Amino acid sequence: MSNSSIALDGNGKLPSYLIDQGKHKGILAWLLSTDHKRIAILYMIGVLSFFAVGVSLGFLIRLELLTPEGTIVSAQAYNELFTLHGVIMIFIVVIPAIPGIFGNFFLPIMIGAKDVAFPRLNLLSWYLYIIGGTMILLSMVLPGGAADTGWTFYIPYSVRTGTNMVFTLSAVFILGFSSILTGMNFLTTIHRMRAPGMGWFKMPLFAWSLYATGWIQLLATPIVGITLLLVIIERVFGVGLFDPTLGGDPMLFQHMFWMYSHPAVYIIIVPAMGVISEIIPVFAHRTIFGYKFIAYSSIAIAVFGSMVWAHHMFAVGLSNNAEFIFSLLTFLVAIPSAIKVFNWTATLYKGSIELEAPMLYALAFIFLFSIGGLTGIIQGALNVDIYLTDTYFIVGHIHYVIFGGTGMALFAALHYWLPKMFGRMYNKKVAKVAFWHIFVGFNILYFPFLIMGWLGMPRRSYHYLPRFQIYHVIATVGSWVLVAGLLIMFINLLRSLRYGKIITENNIWGGESLEWKVQTPPIAENFEEIPVVTAAPYEYKENDEPVLEKEEIV
Amino acid sequence: MSTENQAVIHVHRDDVGARMGMWLFLLSEFLLFGGLFLMYSVYRYNHQHDFHVAAEGMNVFLGTANTLILLTSSLTMALAIAAMQKGNKILSLTLQIITFLFGVAFLVNKFFEWRAEFRAGNYPGSPILTAKPSGQILYYGLYYTMVGLHGVHVIVGMTIIAFMIRFTIKGIINKDNYVKLENAGLYWHLVDIIWIFLFPLFYLIT
Repeated sequence: MSNSSIALDGNGKLPSYLIDQGKHKGILAWLLSTDHKRIAILYMIGVLSFFAVGVSLGFLIRLELLTPEGTIVSAQAYNELFTLHGVIMIFIVVIPAIPGIFGNFFLPIMIGAKDVAFPRLNLLSWYLYIIGGTMILLSMVLPGGAADTGWTFYIPYSVRTGTNMVFTLSAVFILGFSSILTGMNFLTTIHRMRAPGMGWFKMPLFAWSLYATGWIQLLATPIVGITLLLVIIERVFGVGLFDPTLGGDPMLFQHMFWMYSHPAVYIIIVPAMGVISEIIPVFAHRTIFGYKFIAYSSIAIAVFGSMVWAHHMFAVGLSNNAEFIFSLLTFLVAIPSAIKVFNWTATLYKGSIELEAPMLYALAFIFLFSIGGLTGIIQGALNVDIYLTDTYFIVGHIHYVIFGGTGMALFAALHYWLPKMFGRMYNKKVAKVAFWHIFVGFNILYFPFLIMGWLGMPRRSYHYLPRFQIYHVIATVGSWVLVAGLLIMFINLLRSLRYGKIITENNIWGGESLEWKVQTPPIAENFEEIPVVTAAPYEYKENDEPVLEKEEIV
Repeated sequence: MSTENQAVIHVHRDDVGARMGMWLFLLSEFLLFGGLFLMYSVYRYNHQHDFHVAAEGMNVFLGTANTLILLTSSLTMALAIAAMQKGNKILSLTLQIITFLFGVAFLVNKFFEWRAEFRAGNYPGSPILTAKPSGQILYYGLYYTMVGLHGVHVIVGMTIIAFMIRFTIKGIINKDNYVKLENAGLYWHLVDIIWIFLFPLFYLIT
């Protein structure tokens, strides 16, 4: 399984995808490229830019909450801040992040294809994504102000507020369309473009996770699309649909919103789990434990995750039977996630663990996601949830799951795959320094959320009781540590693109999946000839690929 | 949607994959309308009498005429594909143009129907409609939204067919490569099927 399919000698490398080869040159060669690798880079630029905006907004929110009264912004500006922070982070950062960047770049390579099934549609997805993202940013600066409803857009306030709701809602609708097209593209790619010998159970688990995600994107996103479109229609034309003064039912909006937005949690987290399933075996030098269980549990999450939406609505007065069923299903959906966590820890057991930066982030994922998951179980219990609804406990939970989960997986993936994508290695020592800042800062920031939420601190609140101030101060200090860590990490990674040590080896970390058998950085067509796959993705034998010596990389 | 399946760098053609992509897209279209059908059933359940009263005011004749138009257009679309498979370009082209014209006829009908409703004062926010019971306001809200969104899909479908006509004339769609036309047909049938559900829900069940 070494380089048999790729004829390379030591010096004569083929030009990589980074070198313009089409009819366009310069910036157009990127903006009009249908190469999945270039589109992945475009996504990366988009996602990381929006992430920087989202982090800045969150940073401002924390500063504002340093004192119980107004600190730096007005109450209205505060409402717009937390809405924008949520909308940006959910819809234009974490949902497209891992599928958009690493799914696009590595899915075709991992299954031995030259591109995705619909390359031009792929580029269209990116343009829709950028249009949607830009619209959300524009809604901040246009007269009227950004949406101030919270990222959930609850009726009736969202049809009555004077802010730029239509702008924000249209943006989310367009982003949904982009997400659907990506899902459809990946599903078709996985069904139709696997290389000879690449059976379903020879696919890397990252591909499996994208497969499950694709189905959720395809089936859940249209519901939120139509729901937000209806709010737009209601606002613009005054058509009676949800507004109670016209006979509508605001609770129906909540149902339809969460029918998508709960599965969206799994659009966010399942690809992250796929990344972790790739990284853990590579750095533990062991075959992944329970491959089929991890693969099937992705599908199980997709199925169960579609049936638990009303657990966001336990406090609105559903019938007892409905609450009972949704609570039960909520407990059940934890099982496939737990299966994955157990399998990852079992993979680590007796492995020869190498604590490189990607592995550190992956371990942080397991730790933080477990806290996030277990606090989720607490809210799945009906009687407890009535008390915890709309408190900081929820805010803490969502940040542990989404930032501690997908955020950490995104950083893990950046440290794992970025050297492959650009052929340059970052400074590993600095990467570890950044990691510890992020990990420590994260917990100082978000753990007080859980405590003060448990004590009754309401979410989305501009003023708060003085007895909660100590927790807010601790959290704000944590946000400084976290932001410092993020800055170190991104500067280190960006610097590496220019000044990092050049990598010539194909297999940087000793991985066994196909992306480690192609050139670094990959050639435009990925493979000179389509490989024939004979081995499973995690069969670790004695190293048959050269692994970079440690001292070579500093 | 159907023009995206030809990779640019390397010639890669996968008709089965193109059709699969289209079916997946249609699945998400069904769910888009599924959200609306869900709303319809909830509100109908909550306001049975009002929905009954409002539905009696609908123009069943125009609704039936439009149903016939769309069903026939699905037939001509299917025949256009069959003609292309047999290599009869002129016949296929004619049938595609007829399908397009059926789409125009549907929209013209719709225009007259909506104009009558607007003249009767049944438009959103009008004093007459606002004075009615909330169930009737919801009925008209759903009627305009669902039928309007379906109308948008008719326009999209017609745009796709217009492109197919162009591709057929230029020979891009031919006897050996007609998957674009097939996918356009699939989309047109989706438009048809959704109407088949809208028609009884708004015109026949009173």
